[in-house]
Amino acid sequence: MALARTTMAAIAVGAATMGLAAACSSGKSSTPPAQSGSAAAAAFKGQSFTILGQWTGLEQSAFQSVINKFDKSTGAKGQYTPAAGGSEPTVLGAKVAGGTPPDIAILSLPGAIAQYGTAGKLHALSATSQAAVAQNFATEWATLGTVKGTEYGVPVDASDKSTVWYNATAFMNAGITSTPTTWPGLIADAKTLAASGVHTPISVGGGDGWTLTDWFENVYIRTAGLANYDKLTHHQIKWTDPTVATALTALKQIWGDKALIGSPSAALTVPFTGSVDNVFKASPTSAIVYEASFVATTIPADKDPAKVGTVAKYFPFPSINGSAPVVEAAGDFAVAFTSNPAAQAFMTFLASPQAAQLLVSYPGSGFISANKNLAATAYPDPTTAGLGQQIVSVGDNFRFDMSDQAPAAFGGTPNKGEWADLQTFLGNGNVQAAQAALEKDAESVTWTS
Amino acid sequence: MAQDSGEPVSQAELAGSPVLLAETPAAPARRQRARIPLAPGEVRWLALPFLAPALVLLGAILLYPLIYSIVRSLFADGPAGGFGSFAGLRNYGSIFTDSSTLRAVENNLLWLVVVPTIVTILGLIFAVLTERIRWATAFKTVLFMPMAISALASGITFALIYADQPSRGLANTITVGIHDAFGSSSAYPTVFSNDAAAYSGSASAGYTTKSTFAPGSPALLPLTGLNLQSPPPDARQAAMPSAARGVYGVVWNDFRLGGGGTAGKIDPRELGLPGIQVQAIRGSQVVATTTADAHGGFVFPGLTSGRYQLRLPAANFAAAFGGVSWLGPNLITPAIMIAYLWIYAGFAMVLLAAGMSAISRDALEAARMDGATEWQVFRRITVPLLAPVLTVVFVTLIINVLKVFDIVFIIGQSAGANQKYSDVLAVSLYNAFGNQQYGLASAIGVILVLAVIPMMVVNIRRSRKEQR
Repeated sequence: MALARTTMAAIAVGAATMGLAAACSSGKSSTPPAQSGSAAAAAFKGQSFTILGQWTGLEQSAFQSVINKFDKSTGAKGQYTPAAGGSEPTVLGAKVAGGTPPDIAILSLPGAIAQYGTAGKLHALSATSQAAVAQNFATEWATLGTVKGTEYGVPVDASDKSTVWYNATAFMNAGITSTPTTWPGLIADAKTLAASGVHTPISVGGGDGWTLTDWFENVYIRTAGLANYDKLTHHQIKWTDPTVATALTALKQIWGDKALIGSPSAALTVPFTGSVDNVFKASPTSAIVYEASFVATTIPADKDPAKVGTVAKYFPFPSINGSAPVVEAAGDFAVAFTSNPAAQAFMTFLASPQAAQLLVSYPGSGFISANKNLAATAYPDPTTAGLGQQIVSVGDNFRFDMSDQAPAAFGGTPNKGEWADLQTFLGNGNVQAAQAALEKDAESVTWTS
Repeated sequence: MAQDSGEPVSQAELAGSPVLLAETPAAPARRQRARIPLAPGEVRWLALPFLAPALVLLGAILLYPLIYSIVRSLFADGPAGGFGSFAGLRNYGSIFTDSSTLRAVENNLLWLVVVPTIVTILGLIFAVLTERIRWATAFKTVLFMPMAISALASGITFALIYADQPSRGLANTITVGIHDAFGSSSAYPTVFSNDAAAYSGSASAGYTTKSTFAPGSPALLPLTGLNLQSPPPDARQAAMPSAARGVYGVVWNDFRLGGGGTAGKIDPRELGLPGIQVQAIRGSQVVATTTADAHGGFVFPGLTSGRYQLRLPAANFAAAFGGVSWLGPNLITPAIMIAYLWIYAGFAMVLLAAGMSAISRDALEAARMDGATEWQVFRRITVPLLAPVLTVVFVTLIINVLKVFDIVFIIGQSAGANQKYSDVLAVSLYNAFGNQQYGLASAIGVILVLAVIPMMVVNIRRSRKEQR
């Protein structure tokens, strides 16, 4: 509690300082950040708006730098608050239900945008914001923020969820010279790694259910194809569909092999951070971990971490049965709950390359942007630049994280729904039982679209 | 207001003293609180303005949420957390049909049956024992200290204690230490063979060669999986022992750092597996046993004729004992209960010790003079005289256990997928709230209130009786 109070005090002091800074700078005219040009300097002098998100630490600092820039050039006062306890859906849900929503919320779940949009709680994007999104992002990103024909979301950052990270030293020790491009190739390389003395070649962070949904989604999009992926995303086909069985069976080739992932019951206690740690700590016990681009920001938290870009590298999720390259992506969207004009202008600013530049260039933030007008030089290192390049270059040829689009009670809750069902599947490898459980849980929630 | 200020002070003084006295167990004066005579010139309705702030607060933060929760629990969940259609008691029904909330109910019952009893008994034992020892105050202070630590911090501490890796978790450091003191772990827990053509068996059953070997024909026994980053310090380049009498051969790690060797052949920089046990088998009988040297070479000098299968017994490959999975599906709830005992045993002890100090020494002395054993004194004198305090402790613990949340939540979070096995109703309530299942969350809340009410009735009745 003391900590929380200190933080609150710090925020209050910070807000006051920001107000001062805005007052001091309001006389000077700085370049208007918003592309529309309507947000001239001091256009929103003294107006404040609130933003709720889940970023803390360096991510919060990076986002704060975007707010500061906006405040400085418009005179507005943006106040960002991270959701207490890291559970943004809970905090936001209570605020909306209680009638005091923030002006802007940063949501990582298109499912939540659909939910609040359908309920009429969101404020549609202004024409200038829509134009900025159209100008700077691939169409698919705009579509993700659109509910029933109305556009609500501005993409803020993105992550590439089709990256498999590996320890280059372990690969070298095992004599593996090129990274695998196919599913059998991945399995064969993992077996070679085991023979070379890597005890658990593939590290699976089954303690966090979402890592398992990401595994499944990457396999499903490759074995079932984009059309089926879209259908399953909106529960237009059942989880008992044969395509799901095919994907789970393929997944079981890795999840069901103790020689590859070790004991499943042990994997079920390893959280995401632990699974990354196993591969990149000083004396690694694993060599491969599948997760998104943000693994790069998790690694430096390890004790004696491997260097990203030289030892910690990634390769695209391998092709299964000759599937074409496809990227699974995720990201955060800003949505407005009020018509606050300063907040609206800030949303427009968020869609601009300048805002993206501030986000990605902040040291250690690890942010990646899908903004196609962002210069690659904005990234602090070649690895994140490469990841950013990949997200932009796929254009519309990507699919958003399936579980993030599902209702949270199914696709976004620890120890419930899809997370729990895939954990059970990791534990027992029973395809049929997993399908039945998934379908039962999917039926018990309301699908908005 | 200024002119009234004199009166409330006097009223508070008047009302205050008997209440304070009544709360002291040994207080001689027991008066009824409700019948305080009014001071001259005092009006009874004057109490209202002074009670008003408390009433408003209670109404706003207790009564209103309670009524709101009851109403909310009768409705389904609408879009964005709003009220849905009238659901009757369906939210209540789903508590007992959904497997996760049902598990929480079961866990809560387990807590209810086990924890208050054990904590009270432990507290009683400590209270009785500390009466007799020299450093009683120090002992009591140490036992009571966990109460001064927030449950959250205790939870994090215990989560670390229960961590799986022996290098991190104290509980497993101890279990592994004890285990290894009685039986050492094997030398090659990671070594294995995938060569189904050469061997039958597995690492857990031992590997037996499919072919047989006669004296004079060297046997090649390749294995893989040795950790090449830190190989055994005595391991040397694998080499066949110089031709000897009897059956001989080499057992080595058929993989070198950087790869590139030929499978089944001894390549440069491939290491022997020193100390690995090799058995010679004829029929199904083990006829000889030996161990490999630093180069992986082994010789059975006694076997000069016949053909033998070779076996690498499972003992070579036994995985290191990893300790107990404290936060696994079966042990997680007991493990959390132990953490709770650690916190609350001191609390029970302090209350019971205070109660004991109020017991008249005469009764105890008299019983001892009459030749009662210490057990009889405890059983027939101490416990009956302590009964009121025991009830207070027990009832308080029941209420505490019904609403237990923080320590379960915190320790559960470090259990990964096994967290669900630790859930209690308050945690389910929190989760349901997080999922915006406000109907279900309210229903759980109402159930918890209903469960606490009988305990509160007991408590209120008892305190009334005491004051009479």
